Amino acid sequence: MKTKHLRLLRRAYIILFFAFMYLPIAYMIVFSFNQSKGYSLFTGFTLKWYASLFSNASILRALWVSLEVALISAVIATVLGTAAALGIASMGRKSQLLITNITYIPVVNPEIITGISLMLLFVAYQKFAVGASWLPDTIMGLPTLLIAHIAFNVPYVIFNVSPKLRQMDIHLYEAALDLGCDPKQAFFKVILPEISPAILSAFLICLTYSIDDFMISYFNCGTVETLPIAIYSMTRKKVSPEIYALSTIMFIVILSIILISNTAESRRYHRNQHVKD
Amino acid sequence: MKRFYAFLLALVITLAFPLGAAAQETIEVTEDIQVSADYDWTRFSGKGITLNVYNWGEYISNGSDDSVDIVAAFERLTGIQVNYTTFDSNESMYAKLKSGAASYDVIIPSDYMVAKMIDEEMLLPLDYSNIPNFERISEEYRNPDYDPENAYSVPYMLCTTGIIYNTTMVDQAPTCWADLWDEQYKGNILMFNNSRDAYAIAAFKLNRSINPASTQEVDEGVEELKLQKPLVQAYVMDEIFDKMIGGEAAIGVYYSGDAITMIDDNPDLAWVSPEEGSVLSVDCMCIPATSQQQEAAEMFINFMCEVDVGIANAEYIGYTTPMNDVWELLDEELKYSEIAYPSEEIAAKEQVFTALSEEVNNELDLKWSEMKSYNEGGSGYLFLLLLLAMLALACFNIWRKIRRRTRNKY
Amino acid sequence: MKIYDKKLAYPYFVWMILFTVIPLLIVIYYALTDGDGNFTLQNLLSISGYGSVFARSLLLALIATVICLVLAFPVGYFLSRLRVNKQHIMLMLVMLPMWMNFLLRTYAWMGMLSVNGPINAILGFFGLGPYTMLNTSGAVVLGMVYNYVPYMILPLYTSMTKIDQSIVEAAQDLGANTTKTVLRVLIPMSVPGICTGITMVFVPAVSTFVISRMLGGGSNLLIGDLIEMQFLGNSYNLNTGSAMSLVLMIIVLLCMSFTSSFDEDEMEGVS
Repeated sequence: MKTKHLRLLRRAYIILFFAFMYLPIAYMIVFSFNQSKGYSLFTGFTLKWYASLFSNASILRALWVSLEVALISAVIATVLGTAAALGIASMGRKSQLLITNITYIPVVNPEIITGISLMLLFVAYQKFAVGASWLPDTIMGLPTLLIAHIAFNVPYVIFNVSPKLRQMDIHLYEAALDLGCDPKQAFFKVILPEISPAILSAFLICLTYSIDDFMISYFNCGTVETLPIAIYSMTRKKVSPEIYALSTIMFIVILSIILISNTAESRRYHRNQHVKD
Repeated sequence: MKRFYAFLLALVITLAFPLGAAAQETIEVTEDIQVSADYDWTRFSGKGITLNVYNWGEYISNGSDDSVDIVAAFERLTGIQVNYTTFDSNESMYAKLKSGAASYDVIIPSDYMVAKMIDEEMLLPLDYSNIPNFERISEEYRNPDYDPENAYSVPYMLCTTGIIYNTTMVDQAPTCWADLWDEQYKGNILMFNNSRDAYAIAAFKLNRSINPASTQEVDEGVEELKLQKPLVQAYVMDEIFDKMIGGEAAIGVYYSGDAITMIDDNPDLAWVSPEEGSVLSVDCMCIPATSQQQEAAEMFINFMCEVDVGIANAEYIGYTTPMNDVWELLDEELKYSEIAYPSEEIAAKEQVFTALSEEVNNELDLKWSEMKSYNEGGSGYLFLLLLLAMLALACFNIWRKIRRRTRNKY
Repeated sequence: MKIYDKKLAYPYFVWMILFTVIPLLIVIYYALTDGDGNFTLQNLLSISGYGSVFARSLLLALIATVICLVLAFPVGYFLSRLRVNKQHIMLMLVMLPMWMNFLLRTYAWMGMLSVNGPINAILGFFGLGPYTMLNTSGAVVLGMVYNYVPYMILPLYTSMTKIDQSIVEAAQDLGANTTKTVLRVLIPMSVPGICTGITMVFVPAVSTFVISRMLGGGSNLLIGDLIEMQFLGNSYNLNTGSAMSLVLMIIVLLCMSFTSSFDEDEMEGVS
C-alpha cells in the first residue's frame, strides 16, 4: 500500500516537473497562432506571424550567419582540439596538468568574462593595428565572432577526446605497428576509428553551443547579428508574435531531430539485441 | 511702379514653376517611394558594398503593419546592401563605438551625443555635395547649437519627452513630472533606462537645468531618482511599447513619437506634456570616423531626406519631421497632432540637452549605476546574511576535512 | 602513452595563450590601471559602492541553486531508476527545453508572468490576484531555476545511475525509512554529482544579465548587469568593468575550489 502511494507521488512529481519545464514552450506555441499581439487574450487563429517571419530579412540573415559561424567554428575547433588532445596525451604529467588547468578556464569562467576579455583583446589589437599598416584594422564582426566561438569550443573537444584516448588500448596501436603499418597508417586505421565517436560528439556539442551562444557573441559580434543576438534585439522592442513563431519552429525542428536520432538508436539497439539472440 | 514689380514677380513665378517641375523628375523605387532623378543613386551598384547602419529600435519604417520597408527600398534603388542593427540608448551606442567593439557607417545619435562625439573627434565631416536633399531640412533646424555649422550631422527626427498613461488605470491623471513621485502610482511607473533622460525628469521636478553644471547638482538629482525607485515598476526603453499597450503599467515616460504609436495600438492611453516643460531632442544622422564608406553613407543620408521616405518614416514612427515638405504631405491626423507638433505654448517650455563636461558626465554615469543598484533598505542585512552563510559553509568544510583526517588515522 | 607527436598540440598552445591567457591578463591590466594607463587601485575600491549588487547576485544565485538542487534531486533519482530505454527518452525530455535558445524561454516567462498574462488570468478565474510577479527578484530566481535546472539534473542523474539499487534496498531492509535512506545513502553517494551541479548552476546564475534584465525590470541589478553596463551599456568605463569582472572571477574561483574540495574528498572516499 505504501509503495503504491509512493509510486503515485513519484509520478505526480515527475508530471508536475515536466509541466513546469514545458509550460513556457506550450505558451509560446499557442500564442504564435494568436491573432492579436497581446500577452493574454487568444483572439483567433492565424498563421500570419509565420508568414511575416519568413519575410523578415534580418532574422533570416541572422539565422544564416549563425549556421555559418557554428559550422566553421565547430570544424576548426574539432580539428584544433583533436590535435591538441593527441599532443597532450604524449606529454609529461606536469605539463599535462598545466595545460588541462588552463583549458578549464573558459569552461568554468562565467561566459560574460570570457566575452569581455576577448572583446578587450580584439580592441587592443585594433588599436595596435591602426599603427601598423600591414595589419587589417577592422576585425570586429565575422572574424572576431569566429575566433570567440572557436575559443570557447576547443576545450569541449579536448575534454571529450582526451578521456577516450586514455581509455584506448595502447596495444592495438603497437600491434598495428608490429603488423607492418607505419605510424601514419596506424593512426588512421586504428586510432582514428577508435576515437571518432568522441570526435563526432565533440563536433555536435560545438555546433549546438555555437548556435546557442549569446553572451560571448554579444560582446564580440561587431555589426554582425547572430540569431540569438537578433532575438535579443527583438525582445527589446515592440513585441511581435514572430518571436513566438520562431520559437515554435525551433522547437519542432529540435524535437524532430531528437525523435529521428532516437528511433534510429532504438532500432540499432533492437537489431543488436536480435543479433545477440 | 509697384505694379510693374508685382507683374515681374508673377512672371518670374510662372516661368520658374514649370522649370522647377521639370527638375523634379523622379525615379519610382516602389509604389510608395519616388526619389529625385538628378542624383546618381546607382554609382555603387554591383560593387558589393555593405553599409552598416546603427539606429534606434523602432525608428524606421520597416515593412511591418503594411508600412514601407525603407531599407529594402534603398537596397533596391542603389544596389548597396544595408546591415541594419539597432541600439536602445545613446549611451550604449556610444560605448559600442568608443570601445571599438564595432564600426558603423551611419549612426543616429541625439543632439547632445552629437556634440560629445564631435568633441571627441568620433565623427566625419559630411560632404554636402552628396547630400543635396539637405536643403529640405527646415531653416529652424539648421545650424543648431550642438553642431553649429551642420558640419557633422543631418537632423533625422525630433521628439519631446512626456508622460503617457493609461486612462483606465489611474484615478487621477498625471499632469507634471512631480506626479511621478506620487505614492498612488506605486509599482505602476515605467521610467527611462538611460541616465540623461531620467536625470532630466528629476531636474524638472527640482526646477533646475536639465544639464547639470556641477557634480553636486548631479548627486542631488540622482538622489531624487533614488527616492522614486520604490515606486518604479521597471526601468525600460523600447520594452515600454509592450508594457503600456498591454496594460502592464499605468504610467510611463517616453518619447512623443512612440507615444503616438502606442496610442494607435491602445486607445486607452493618453499623453501629457508635463507642466514643468520637457526635453526636445533632435536625432541626427552622422557618419562615425571609423567608417570606410563615407560616400555610400552620405547617399543613405540623402535617401533618408527624400520626401517620400520622410513621409513613410514619420507616419510609421510618429516622430516629428524636420522637413517642412514632408510635414505638408502628412495625413491630417498626424499633421495636426498635439503630441508630435505641440502648440507654441508647450514648445516654449522645451529644453534641450547639451554635452556635459567630462567630470560631470562621469559623475552622472557613476551615480546612475549606483542608483540602479541601490537597494531600498536591507542591503546591509543581506550582506550579513551572506557572510554568515559563507562562514557556515567554510566551517562545515573544515569540519569535514578534520573528520576525514581522523578517520584516516584509524 | 607517448605514441603521438607532442607537436600536434603546439597550434593549440599558441591559441590558448593568445585567446585564453592574454585576454585575462588584459582584464587584470585594465582592472589595475586608470584611463591613462597608470597603476591604481581605485577601480577595485570603487566596487565597494556596489556591495548591494554583489550581495544580491550572490543571494539570488544561491537561492536559485538550492531550489534547483531540491527540485532536481528527486527527478535525477527517479530517472536513474527507470528502465534504460525509458531513461533515454526522459533524459531527452529534460534536455529538450535546453536546446531552445534561453532568450526565447525567458521571454516566454516574461509574457506568462505579466499582470495581464495567463497565470494571472487563471488565478483571476479563482478570484485571486492579480499579482505583480514580473519585475521582482522572485521572477529573476524563477528565470534562473527554469533555465539552469537541467544543468543540475544531468550530473545528478549521472552519479545516481552509479548507485546500485541493491544498496538502496539493503538500507531499507536494514530498517532505514525513506528520509534516512535519502540522507544516509543517496545524498552521500551522489556528492560528486551535487558538486558539479552546484557549480554548473551557480556560475551562470551569478553572472547572468539577460535574465535579470528581462524578468527583473532593470531594478534588480546583478553583477552581470553592472559589468555589461560598463562595457556596452549606460556607464561606459572599461576599467571599472574589468575590476568588477576580476572580483566576479575571484568569487567564482572561491566557489569552485569549495565544491571541488568536496568532490575530491568523496573521490578519495570512494576509491
